[in-house]
Amino acid sequence: MIFDYETMRLIWWALLGALLIGFAITGGFDLGVAILLPFLGKNDTERRVIINSVGATWEGNQVWFVTAGGALFAAWPMAYSVAFSGFYFALLLTLFALFLRPVGFDYRSKLPSPIWRRNWDIALFVGGLVPALIFGVAFGNLLKGVPFHFDNEMRIFYTGSFWALLNPFSLAAGLVSLCMLIMHGAVYLQIKTVGDINQRSKTVVTLFTIITLVIFALAGFWVSAIDGYQISSTVSPNAFSNPLAKTVTNATGLWLANYGRCPVLWIIPALAFVTGITTVLLSKLDRPGLAFISSSLTLATIILTAGVSMFPFLIPSSSEMNSSLTVWDASSSLATLKIMFWVTLIFLPIVLSYTTWAFRVMRGKITLEYIHQNDHTTY
Amino acid sequence: MISESMVDLSRWQFAATSLYHFLFVPLTLGLSFLLAIMESTYVMTGKEIYKDMTQFWGKLFGINFALGVMTGLTMEFQFGMNWSYFSHYVGDIFGAPLAIEGLMAFFLEATFVGLFFFGWDKLGKGQHLLVTWLVALGTNLSALWILVANGWMQNPVGAEFNYETMRMELSSFGALLFNPAAQVKFVHTVAAGYTTASAFVLGISAYYMLKGRDAAFAQRSYTIAAGFGLAAILSVIVLGDESGYTDGEVQKAKLAAIEAEWHTEEAPASFTAIGIPDQELMETRYAVKIPWILGLIGTRSIDTPIMGLTEILEKNRLRVRNGIHAYGALQLLRAGQKDEHTIAEFEHYKQDLGYGLLLKRYTEKVVDATDQQIELAAKSSLPRVVPLFWTFRVMVACGFIMLAIFVFAVIASSIRKCRQNWLLRASLYMIPIPWIACEMGWFVAEFGRQPWTIAEILPTFLSVSSLTELDLYLSLAGYISLYTLFLIIEMFLMIKFIKLGPSSLHKGRYHFEIATGASL
Repeated sequence: MIFDYETMRLIWWALLGALLIGFAITGGFDLGVAILLPFLGKNDTERRVIINSVGATWEGNQVWFVTAGGALFAAWPMAYSVAFSGFYFALLLTLFALFLRPVGFDYRSKLPSPIWRRNWDIALFVGGLVPALIFGVAFGNLLKGVPFHFDNEMRIFYTGSFWALLNPFSLAAGLVSLCMLIMHGAVYLQIKTVGDINQRSKTVVTLFTIITLVIFALAGFWVSAIDGYQISSTVSPNAFSNPLAKTVTNATGLWLANYGRCPVLWIIPALAFVTGITTVLLSKLDRPGLAFISSSLTLATIILTAGVSMFPFLIPSSSEMNSSLTVWDASSSLATLKIMFWVTLIFLPIVLSYTTWAFRVMRGKITLEYIHQNDHTTY
Repeated sequence: MISESMVDLSRWQFAATSLYHFLFVPLTLGLSFLLAIMESTYVMTGKEIYKDMTQFWGKLFGINFALGVMTGLTMEFQFGMNWSYFSHYVGDIFGAPLAIEGLMAFFLEATFVGLFFFGWDKLGKGQHLLVTWLVALGTNLSALWILVANGWMQNPVGAEFNYETMRMELSSFGALLFNPAAQVKFVHTVAAGYTTASAFVLGISAYYMLKGRDAAFAQRSYTIAAGFGLAAILSVIVLGDESGYTDGEVQKAKLAAIEAEWHTEEAPASFTAIGIPDQELMETRYAVKIPWILGLIGTRSIDTPIMGLTEILEKNRLRVRNGIHAYGALQLLRAGQKDEHTIAEFEHYKQDLGYGLLLKRYTEKVVDATDQQIELAAKSSLPRVVPLFWTFRVMVACGFIMLAIFVFAVIASSIRKCRQNWLLRASLYMIPIPWIACEMGWFVAEFGRQPWTIAEILPTFLSVSSLTELDLYLSLAGYISLYTLFLIIEMFLMIKFIKLGPSSLHKGRYHFEIATGASL
């Protein structure tokens, strides 16, 4: 049967990845643009150009993140519970930073006071920087393994601390995500702006693409030196979701095992480098639209590289390895996966089509003149 | 054992953040519709003033919307962060409506809200109107899905416990979606949102009229709000009554607690309008009773009795004892003893497993619970009467006050000479009332479900994450300081723009823009 439990679990692994990549591509440039705001906007009008380049669309973009969270809850409830309660303060920090965005965008230009606006600029910067960094740190910690376990009634116990999340490897992963979103945001600004901001964005694209690729390469070598995990008992991909039914072992370099088994997978990280370089070239050739597609592919392949390395693990446990969550034992029931699959199949294309329409309506450059002419209606 | 104070802190945090979230949601729900109505009038009549109305009330909508978005994010995070056992135990069912809410509602709302604000010059009249309606549709769809999720917490249908995974699993999506508790709550809640927004527009328009400025603008806004508000408040009251009927069917303890119905009366039960309930003695002093009314609301009949708390307690004692059997069998199953007898035993008692779990608050060894512990668990299965009794009555009183004012407002809108200053002042002072009613309503819904997060399935104290008190103090302090700060900023902007009125649109035809300052 096509829609057996194993297939549905694989589909939901892919769909979760798709939603995360969707967020990185759309919400990602908003975060990048917000981080660049204080650096690329030299005066109030320039900063308003930057804010308004994403003003009409950022809200919809952020829904990718909200929906990815909802999908994690619905399809991988154990992973949602473990990650959100375990990474308590990291998520609290992300949440508090994300608070600054809706109010920052909407309230900033409602009053003319320079102090008021300056403070909201800082708020928007923090609201972009903190999530962009922490998302990567979280991925880094997933690769390192998370100290948690279940008791027999599936109550979760997290035994690490907040500070332990900030280990060197995870910080490197955080830098990858931060730099790649800055790169992506700069490409987007290059599309939406003219003149000075456009020129400054181009410099940022080149610089941050290179930094992203360098740290990504370093992290790649680093991965071969940290412990990876593997399932050491037989895998039953169609069984009930009980993470305690398997055994797990770890060893240095195991995260590269999938690439060894299936060398064609090397294409994914390789593509991250290729598309990174084409992003720089296209940006330099003043083809920002194509550069945006290219940088989107860079983000997608970097995220996929992490996902594929860990497969089938979602959240490996470093303290009691048998509690690790994998694609085969952390999902919802087959009934829920199926219903959510059909709902997604119907609604995702609808979402994509009206999102495309919204971007088409709002297409075109944001200029200094535009801001002056629409002083009271723009952000 | 889970620390009681950690549970209390988690509950305070959830209560604070969700009640705060619901300061902004009802206005978004209702105002989006009012904007769509105003803009429709603009498109049909071609009169610019209706466009100005859409844009001005839209400005206030935007200020409110930002905080709605901000605080809504907390809700999604919090289930996993603070209620991770809940998320594990029921994520299979509860997660689905949340994910669908994202796909079906949030995308719609959030994508088009951008076009609503920035698309005026880029879209045709009809296109922009469509966008506004889609924003309204999106916000209301999101209410639908969140109430499907909440309705399931009140009346968990279409799900089965699976001992292999130690959680509830979905057995019927249709039952989840067409859950009577969810349907009735959805309409009651969105109607409450329409009422809130109507009271908001009505009150602010009355303020302009009292100040004698922007008369044409204010009168038109007042009329629309009055009409929409009257229809909305009538729906709220009728559907609130319907909600009482659904409670009578599925949440007997909540209904009995709201009504301080200590003992089963002979049908049809009388309604205690007011009195002083005493949980210890299980009686209500100075009770003023209206015969028949409760029986009619709760059962829609004159011969079905409404179960009193004493009788519910009696039944729950037995359910706790059954729950011990269910829990005992579950322990064997979890230990791998999956023989026919154990499975049969578990299947026989599993509908009372939740009541067995109530014992975990009093003992680690549920199967060896003493009679005294069983009594404590059974007693804990009843919600506390006093807070429910009063919050419910405040909510209902708010409803009827609003009904009266909306009736007068509608009359005043059609007959000019009825539009007197006392009514305008009443309209202005009414602004906070729908918010009080909404907050009370949620309190009744959630506190009335205690001691459960999922009625009769999962006790609240078991639902929490394994965090420390310090964790909770820190996060609670963070939420309270940020939320207070943002509320001050929001109120400041809201009041500033309300005072500016339509002059804030810079169209050159409103009060503060006209040199003489005496516009009409």
